[in-house]
Amino acid sequence: MSNAEKHWEKTRSLLFVTLAIWFVFSIGIFLFAAEMNEVTGPFGYPWTYWFTCQGSLGIFVILIFWFANRQEKIDEEFGFNEREDG
Amino acid sequence: MIKGKFIDNLPKVYGIYTGGFIGFIILMAIGEQMGMTAKAIGVAFVAFTIFIYALIGYLSRTAQADAYYVAGRQVPTVFNGMATAADWMSGASFVAMAGGIYFKGYGYMALLVGWTGGYILVATLLAPYLRKFGCYTVPDFIGTRYGGNLARFLAVVVLTVASFTYVTAQINATGTIASVALDIDFKYAVYVGLISILLCSMLGGMRAVTWTQVAQYIVLIIAYLLPIFWISNKMGAGFFPHFMLADEVARIGELEQQFGFVKNSAADLATVPKGLAGITKAHSAVNATPWAFISLALAMMMGTASLPHVMMRYFTTPSVKAARKSVGWSLFFIFLLYSSAPMLATLSKLSLIDPTLSTGIIGKSFAEVQSIDWFQNWNQANLMFISDFNGNGTLELNEFFMGGKAVVLATPEIAGLPYVISGLVAAGGMAAAMSTADGLILAIANAISHDVYYKMIDPKAETAKRLLVARLLLVIIGFAGATIAAMEIQGILGSVIWAFDFAMSGLFFPLVLGVWWKRANRQGAIAGMALGLGSAIWYLVWVRTGGSGFLGLSQLTFGIFGAGVSFIAMVVVSLMTQEPDKATQKMVDEVRIPSGRTVTGK
Repeated sequence: MSNAEKHWEKTRSLLFVTLAIWFVFSIGIFLFAAEMNEVTGPFGYPWTYWFTCQGSLGIFVILIFWFANRQEKIDEEFGFNEREDG
Repeated sequence: MIKGKFIDNLPKVYGIYTGGFIGFIILMAIGEQMGMTAKAIGVAFVAFTIFIYALIGYLSRTAQADAYYVAGRQVPTVFNGMATAADWMSGASFVAMAGGIYFKGYGYMALLVGWTGGYILVATLLAPYLRKFGCYTVPDFIGTRYGGNLARFLAVVVLTVASFTYVTAQINATGTIASVALDIDFKYAVYVGLISILLCSMLGGMRAVTWTQVAQYIVLIIAYLLPIFWISNKMGAGFFPHFMLADEVARIGELEQQFGFVKNSAADLATVPKGLAGITKAHSAVNATPWAFISLALAMMMGTASLPHVMMRYFTTPSVKAARKSVGWSLFFIFLLYSSAPMLATLSKLSLIDPTLSTGIIGKSFAEVQSIDWFQNWNQANLMFISDFNGNGTLELNEFFMGGKAVVLATPEIAGLPYVISGLVAAGGMAAAMSTADGLILAIANAISHDVYYKMIDPKAETAKRLLVARLLLVIIGFAGATIAAMEIQGILGSVIWAFDFAMSGLFFPLVLGVWWKRANRQGAIAGMALGLGSAIWYLVWVRTGGSGFLGLSQLTFGIFGAGVSFIAMVVVSLMTQEPDKATQKMVDEVRIPSGRTVTGK
């Protein structure tokens, strides 16, 4: 397997992991919205309410930065990182 | 004060700008104390900010194609994040979102999740790869990846349908705010809004739009957050509302139980002015089925990843790496506003319905409510209405009606904040609507000038001529949008959501599979775009004309059907026809590697 193919394979696994987390917090948890809202969550808000106001949104922000860092590591590992950078 | 290159001095430039804007707010506050009228303050806020944007637009003028189309590809990540956030958050987000949450609660909050979750798709599936590709526009990617003028042209069609649906709503919003703040007729205010929009983009294209959008983001985020923090502190609800409103949310639940949701008769409701609504849904309870919530969130997420005016912002970063990070910053800046909207809705609702608060009106006598200054103002503006349906002389929860916009526009006044805040909010709403309109008009004009005119009609055209065509188109599209906006066919939010559905129906899979599936070919992409958009339009017309729809897909989520058709058509047709040639496959390999020259060689 060539360098580029290995790079793409790792990139693809990272994509699947990222999308799995995305799926949980954008779709998965809302399957149980009614049950989850009965329980008190962060800062005293009901869990579902908190997720729709802040939780899912905040997790998405963190997830993108985490993804970007992981992808940079993968690019460096295979020597595909960009040298000149702004 | 400022030496060296503009790009190196960005933090300083915008730091001074922010300081200047805060200074202006303080100046207006002093003016108010010294007897400046509310109207003068409103005019000053809107006029001053538009003047600044126009100045930035003029200073960023350019005669180079690279600067005009992609801001010279040198916008740093954080600033591109701010520009994208302003590009993204429309007049609807600014003015109508808190209102939507106020009235519809949980079911509406699917939009918050969808409009943020979509950025994960942007960051992982598309933005870095399209940046590596090095195209000027989104159809440029489709046209080069799949080859042929038909594919390119169809991409322009989808882009135009989606973006134009969206832009009329934005011009409408600038018109509404200009007409209120400057006190002129809406029909003329729409064109005042349009000229302000064109002043920002015409001379400098993407470069000018980028730097005005950063300035607009700063105005809109200050204008959104300052009143929320102020109100929260004034009400004693907590100095940092986001972490401290649990008691208030619970209290609203209690009051809802106490008052009950009484259903009004159709005859009573007929007396309520159009566009106003009462509180009929629980504030924090789950009031939608899982599928209703998830399908709306999903449609908005896929739509986000297909809207060209957002995607093209990531063409302006210096590198692929920067494009990825920049998506993160965009979402961070969007998060600041979106996570605040539910807090504003909570504060607004509690201050109106809690009888123990001095601002609460439920439970008071009609005579008393009618004598309140702010009630008279907003009643006159057609955004508030009360009617004694049961004839007991006391205002009940089901007898109070409000327009969605009033949550953002009227809450500062209800809470007793000085008028300077209302002026600031008007400037913020204007900034939000203008920045989005600019991004959209530019996306359409660039696609037509670059992909249709330059790539298809006159490939030998010189830069000067290309940019002239681009600017002409900007004006034409702007005027077309304003003319339709002036006819006031549709509410702001309806058409915004349609834009997402159109975009995802025609572009999501052709874009994503273009990067992630080498086997995708021209025939497949053409089928995907044409059948995707076609079936989406058919479904929308069907549902609008009384059709029952299926899978519970409504006129808000019909994009899921369109995208489904697009996906199947694209895969089936691709597999039935020849695989793409070696050169195309090599191009896809190139796109997948961040380092090296861009695929288009620029």
